[in-house]
Amino acid sequence: MFEEVATSKEGEQIINVGPQHPATHGVLHLIITLNGETIVNLEPNLGYIHRSIEKMCESLSYRQFIYTTSRMDYLAAHINNHACALTVEKAMQIEIPERAEVIRILVSELTRIASHELWWGAMAMDLGALSPFFYAFREREVITDIMEETCGARLTMNYMVPGGVMADIHPNFVKRVKDFIIQFKSRIDEYDQLVTGNIIFQNRMKNVGILSKEDAISYGTTGPTARGSGVSCDIRKIYPYSIYGKLQFDEVLETAGDSFARYLVRVKEMKQSISIIEQLIDNIPEGDFQAKTKAVLKLPKGEFYQRVETPRGELGVYIVSEGGTTPYRIKFRSPGFSNLSALNHMIKGHKIGDLVAVMGTLDLVIPDIDR
Amino acid sequence: MGNEELILKLKEVFPEMDCVQGNDWPELSFGSDRLIDVITYLKQTPELAFDYLFCETCVDWKTHFNMVYHLDSTRYRHNVVLKVKTDREKPEIASLAHVYRTAEQHEREIFDLFGIVFLGHPNLKRIMLTEEWVGYPLRKDYEDPINIIKL
Amino acid sequence: MDVKVTPPSAPFPGSVQEIPGGGIVLSTLDDVINWARSNSLWPLVFGTSCCAIEMMSAASAKYDFSRFGFEVARATPRQADVIIIAGTIVNKMAPVLKRLFDQMPDPKYVIAMGACATSGGPFFYNTYSVVKGADHVIPVDVYVAGCPPRPEALLHALITLQEKIKSGLTRDQIRTQFAENGK
Repeated sequence: MFEEVATSKEGEQIINVGPQHPATHGVLHLIITLNGETIVNLEPNLGYIHRSIEKMCESLSYRQFIYTTSRMDYLAAHINNHACALTVEKAMQIEIPERAEVIRILVSELTRIASHELWWGAMAMDLGALSPFFYAFREREVITDIMEETCGARLTMNYMVPGGVMADIHPNFVKRVKDFIIQFKSRIDEYDQLVTGNIIFQNRMKNVGILSKEDAISYGTTGPTARGSGVSCDIRKIYPYSIYGKLQFDEVLETAGDSFARYLVRVKEMKQSISIIEQLIDNIPEGDFQAKTKAVLKLPKGEFYQRVETPRGELGVYIVSEGGTTPYRIKFRSPGFSNLSALNHMIKGHKIGDLVAVMGTLDLVIPDIDR
Repeated sequence: MGNEELILKLKEVFPEMDCVQGNDWPELSFGSDRLIDVITYLKQTPELAFDYLFCETCVDWKTHFNMVYHLDSTRYRHNVVLKVKTDREKPEIASLAHVYRTAEQHEREIFDLFGIVFLGHPNLKRIMLTEEWVGYPLRKDYEDPINIIKL
Repeated sequence: MDVKVTPPSAPFPGSVQEIPGGGIVLSTLDDVINWARSNSLWPLVFGTSCCAIEMMSAASAKYDFSRFGFEVARATPRQADVIIIAGTIVNKMAPVLKRLFDQMPDPKYVIAMGACATSGGPFFYNTYSVVKGADHVIPVDVYVAGCPPRPEALLHALITLQEKIKSGLTRDQIRTQFAENGK
């Protein structure tokens, strides 16, 4: 099942990568048709971690369903929770206190850095460099410690609730985040020295997996994958939600469209996230961290959609409500699902050795794709 | 183009269809036979240029299925929602895989979980569940006493 | 027969008989083999969802499970001794998991990491595709609670597994002893 070889057409062979393969970062199954070493066709076979979250949410209340989304894209649990909370708040027209908004953005941006860190380490490890993994986890552990103090969990936080955040920030939060910023700024240069400027790394990444701007839009790719091809698609910029409209930051765009461009976008995005945190960390307003809401939430009849920007791209939450305490239907438009559909187009004609370099820069999180 | 302007424009072009302002975006409802006409118009008209299908899904209303398409224009940044009614007994609708490539995978997922047949889809087979799976789990009348433990 | 619980830092099992000019170590072969086995467990890189990230954290410098002899993570089941089921198992994945387990050479051990692998966890109710516990598919030696468990919890599970191996007992023997001695 894992590396079975079956001959199909003359001179072509089919290789299965996954579901148990270290480079797929989970349980993705790719059916690859090869001609010699050249990839002729690639077909993803999903569902090895399809946990039927959408069906399950139909029987959970609006407070309960948020926790399932932490386990969907677990590297950006806060941002997934944020999307759900925003959808419920939009439907019920809940005004949330300013303090809660600021805390939400702060933890979201910290998660974005943590997620990019993990991608950076794991991708370099796939390409054969082991030490970046340890460098990345060194900084990531600082963020998980900060999260643990405030939210009570390291990975699946469930910190955001409709109306604000679950609890106030820990007294140490501000100081530790400030320490982290100072530390991180010097270390991100280390990353560039270690990996970005490396000639072997560049040779493997440049001109590999090119995605043109038109294709990026047509395949519905979002996030750094699309921004590497020059598509402006940062939801924080184009459809600002929460308080992103008031903040100063740049949308990182690269035009080359290859793996290296996608790599650069993510590394630069970490710096942008730091600048967002710097703007807010000294200006956390006093006040409540949660608005008063009813114990049982009832959404009015209707359909509600909210788009947010996760580290992987655009996450959409679509709730169809019949007016009850549970949703009639929930759809999560996950970024990875669409990004993955472009993989076949990007990899065709390349050698099989390039697969890891292309797939690594898509930053796939399989439970996010399968839901 | 703002939402009001967009509604006026759509009402003018498709007078027989129902076009209302939804919670965020204009919503256009019509029958499944008109899908390709509407999509072609929305994508190819230069002042609309809906080139990005960001969400495609389905809702089971017990009497019929509603296919829901969320469209965005990367040039003008306006959005529209299409709601296409589909027969429940014989759920068939034209595939958009040739118009928006992202639709190919979304439609496979909808086929898998709702059992809607997309006519003209290049590779319509189950994507999330195994080929042997019986039934379409996201339908409201789906029962599976072996796997589902109800609370 | 007592369960011989040797702490993970315990030296070579056996007693030293002093003789002029040094000593002779006396031990049983079973003890030596179990001691060697327990201190060089090679895990299979197998992560389906969130718990895999905590497993990676446990491998990284801060928690560093190589201190206990687990650092040689293998990508192929044919070289692995222990499979850490890190994440939910769904119906489509179950035959793959069984096959991975079958491909591992004996003796092989299984750790169910997290609530999903233990019982289906958060995905127990109203889901049509989740296997309610990995022990429906393969036998599990150690269960770890948590969603996801902290890296320390995983380290504890690995040490518990070491103790189990060192004791040289089967599951039934441990169960009987537990019933008799209450420990």
